[in-house]
Parts: sequence; C-alpha cells; structure tokens
Amino acid sequence: MSEITTLREAVAELVHDGDSVAIEGFTHLIPTAGAHEIIRQERKGLTLVRMTPDLIYDQLIGMGCADKLIFSWGGNPGVGSLHRFRDAVEKGWPRPLEIEEHSHAGMANRYVAGASNLPFAVLRGYVGTDLPKVTKTIAPVTCPFTGERLMAVPALNPDVAIIHAQQADRRGNVAIWGIIGIQKEAALSAKKVIVTVEEVVEAFEPRPFQIVLPSVAVDAISVEPGGAHPSYADGYYDRANAFYGDWDPISRDREKFQSWMERHVLGTEDFAEYMKSIRKEEVVR
Amino acid sequence: MTDARADASIDKANGKAEGSYTTDEMMTVAASRELRDGVVCFVGIGLPSEAANLARATHAPDCFLVYESGTLGAKPDVLPLSIGDGVLAEHADSVVSVPEVFNYWLQAGRVDVGFLGAAQIDRYGNINTTVVGPYDSPKVRLPGAGGAPEIAASAREVVVILRQKPRAFVEKLSFVTSVGHREGGDSRKELGYTGGGPTVIITDLGVLRPDPETKEFTLMALHPGATVEQAREATGWDLKVAENVATTEPPTDEELEVLRDLKARTEAARK
Repeated sequence: MSEITTLREAVAELVHDGDSVAIEGFTHLIPTAGAHEIIRQERKGLTLVRMTPDLIYDQLIGMGCADKLIFSWGGNPGVGSLHRFRDAVEKGWPRPLEIEEHSHAGMANRYVAGASNLPFAVLRGYVGTDLPKVTKTIAPVTCPFTGERLMAVPALNPDVAIIHAQQADRRGNVAIWGIIGIQKEAALSAKKVIVTVEEVVEAFEPRPFQIVLPSVAVDAISVEPGGAHPSYADGYYDRANAFYGDWDPISRDREKFQSWMERHVLGTEDFAEYMKSIRKEEVVR
Repeated sequence: MTDARADASIDKANGKAEGSYTTDEMMTVAASRELRDGVVCFVGIGLPSEAANLARATHAPDCFLVYESGTLGAKPDVLPLSIGDGVLAEHADSVVSVPEVFNYWLQAGRVDVGFLGAAQIDRYGNINTTVVGPYDSPKVRLPGAGGAPEIAASAREVVVILRQKPRAFVEKLSFVTSVGHREGGDSRKELGYTGGGPTVIITDLGVLRPDPETKEFTLMALHPGATVEQAREATGWDLKVAENVATTEPPTDEELEVLRDLKARTEAARK
C-alpha cells in the first residue's frame, strides 16, 4: 500500500547507492522532481534505466550519479544532442559511463517481461543490425512451436521506479491520462515505486485514455506540483519548449553546467524552490 | 560543388531552389507525395513528421498516423517538437502504451508505411543513428535506435527522408542501427522480417529508388534545377543514375501554402 510522504523522505528511504533506477515518462510526465532529489541526495553508482534519456538523465550523468545507462534513445528532443551524456560516453567525464543500448521495442518488452515476472521477452527485431554485437542483453531464440528464429531480451526489474502522474486519491491510487508511455510497465516491473503527483484529490473523474495504478502497486506518493517541468502534464501545464533550447548552451560547457546545477538544484531545498530559482533567472535574463 | 554549380540553378549551399521555394520545401513536398491516402503510417519526428502532416493536410486526409508515443490516428494541427507532444494525443483516435504500439501495431504488421529520417545511410538503404566512428570510442555519439529498427523491420514499406551530403550518404556505415536491403539482392529476406524494406529515399536533390534486382538505390529523379553532378558529389559512393532521370514536379501553390502555414503555426506555438 502506498504512503503519502515527502519526496525527500521517499528518496532517502527507497533509493540507495548502486541501485538500478528507472525514471520513466515518454516525453509526457517526465519525473524531473524525482531525478533532482536523487541529485540533491548525491546518490552514486546508479544504473540508470530509461527508454528516452533526456534532460534529467543528462543532469544525473553530468553530476556523476551514474555508472551505467540502459536506454534506447538519448537526445534533447527537437534540439539535438545531450552534451553531458556525450561527454561521459566520448570522454569519460565526470566518470566513465557503461552503456547498454536497445531499441524502443526491446526496452518496452523488457519492462513487460519484468512486470510479468518472466525471465525474458521475445520480439521480431534486432536481426541484421549491429546492436546484438555491442549489447550482450540481446540473444537469438527459437520458437519451440514453429521453429521461427526470434530475438530474446532479458526482463528489467529495477530496484526503484520513479514516475510522475497527474493525481493520487486519498486511498493512494494513482491516475495518469494522456500519453501513458511505459510508466505502468516500469512501475510494475520495479521492486519499489515512487510516484510524484500534481495533486491529491478526493476521487478521480473519468477521463479519456486514463489508467489507474492501484495503491497496492505503489510504495510512496509525493505531491510535487509542476514536477514534470520542462515536460508537460496533460490537464495541468504545457511543455516548456524554450527550456529545452536553453538547456543546450548550459549543458555544452562543463563549468556552466556545474554552476547551473549547484545554483538551482543542489542550492535549493526542494522542487518548489528550484522552480522559483529558475524562474527568477528567466526574469533576470 | 564548384564547377557544376555555375550552370545549375539550384544553390544547395544556401538552400535555394529554382523558383520561389527552398530545397528543403521541395524535399518535404516530394516526400509527402509518397504517402497514399488511407494508409497506416508510422511516423518519425522531424522531417518525416512534417512530410506526413503535409500529406494529411493535402492529398491524403484519411491517412492514419501512428507515433511511437502510442498515439493512433494522430491529427496534430502544429508539428510536434517531441514524439510525445500533447498535440498528438489531443485529437488522436486512441492513445495506447508504448509496448502496445510496437507489439500490436508495428510488429503485428498493421503498418503500411514507415517514415524515417537518418544520420547516415548507405547504398542499400541501411541506416545509422548510433555512432560515427568506432563504437567503443565514438567520434560522435548519436541518439541511438529509438523506434527505427523495428519500423525498418516491420513496416510494409519504408520512406527515408534526409538531406543529401557526403557525410550522410556514406560508402560504409559506422554502425547498422536499422536494416534496409542489407547487402543487396535477396539478403534482407534471410532475416525473416515481414516488412519489405525501404522503397524510396527522398533528398533535397532528388529521389532514389532501389534497383529491383540488386536493391542498390538509384537516382531516379532530380528536383527542378538539381544536376546529376550535384547528386554524385553529395554521395559518398559511386551513385547509380537511371538512364532517363525524371524531373520532380515543383511544389504546387497549394502544397507550399499548406506547408508554410503548418510551419508558421508550429513556430507560433513554440514561443
């Protein structure tokens, strides 16, 4: 059963050095608040899992929290490269980053296998590409019924999954609507689940394409309004497109990046303060 | 691109085509024409999304656009910046999870056409979006596979859109992220994929289609003002050229107007 707590307590209790941590949200509902709290608490040696590492993973990698990244597409959507990610892969700064890369279909199926408590998933893909040559977690398998050759990928069962959702109710159920991505599978595949939400409501209203993650599938819920900034939360706020562009020059330069992170993330108590801090800078600029 | 340019009316360096449109506009328009009305199209972000939405707003109002974020029947009125922008879900016929879109839609064979971009491509339409240089010490680390390998594997046909330049049209890929016609001939068939592979590459200079036998991409058409010499110079291998190279129909007034409106609305929405 889920408990409503502060994000600081949730991360302190559930995320440990060396854990594998899946922070998911497919361009919508990206859990920025959760990622920042991990940076604030200076977790080290993490294996970060995410289909689409973007700004939050650029920040976690650049701050030296990660030893390994399991992913399928790493970029700043609509802008270009993730410079901290590239610096880690190309130059080993601030520390070398081991990578394990898949396709989206492979990652999605790895979560499905994990959520199903199966050892692996099967898909028609990867054959003929160079991915199996560089990624050990892709191997051929033969269908015992038809003899068809397919590819197998092992289940993902992260120690912790962190997702952001629109609402929780008083009983600790979680509602997500709009683009739901891979969050349900990530949550159900993980050993522990932290959910940040925009707000807690008495009861959910029915909405198109809404899913509900029942309380029994969640460990901690923290209220973090705006917690998916600069991505968006359908029904609450739009994507801060300009921020993605602004991130490019900040992240290009090691010192600029570090001082930005120290000022806004390490130098703030929580996500609400962080939001105030970056907004103040926008006004100054 | 020195001597050839003097007598060519296309000025690629400045993106200027003959007439009152750019080479990029010609490319997007040419790509949009590849999309037939009523087909199910799995769309990549960027140029492919631009072309697919131009098609939907002109000759193919009933094409069914699928994005990897799980939006089925997406009808964006502005171009999405990311693959999961809210505008994709807003008017979609359905929104499903990521495993569902890849497994039940793409892998199950429900996608007629995949629209892809690429960082590098070779003569058989194999695509690299992973690294330039050696994998373990890359010169450039690119974003990676995303949804492309399975789109290239399972869509009935694949349309690739990218600007033609030696850096992109390479003799040998640093990394094969998504399979095209592999080593040509029937070599793709051995892989057991249900999809037919790339059927066309649309560039800012022209249109390339695979030879029916060898599957090597051959320059079939040039956009107005572009020359064979320009296309050869922009290609890192010895480009095969059709005996009779056609000339692409220039963009119609309607195509240009709709494309520019779409881009203007998109720009306005991004501010």
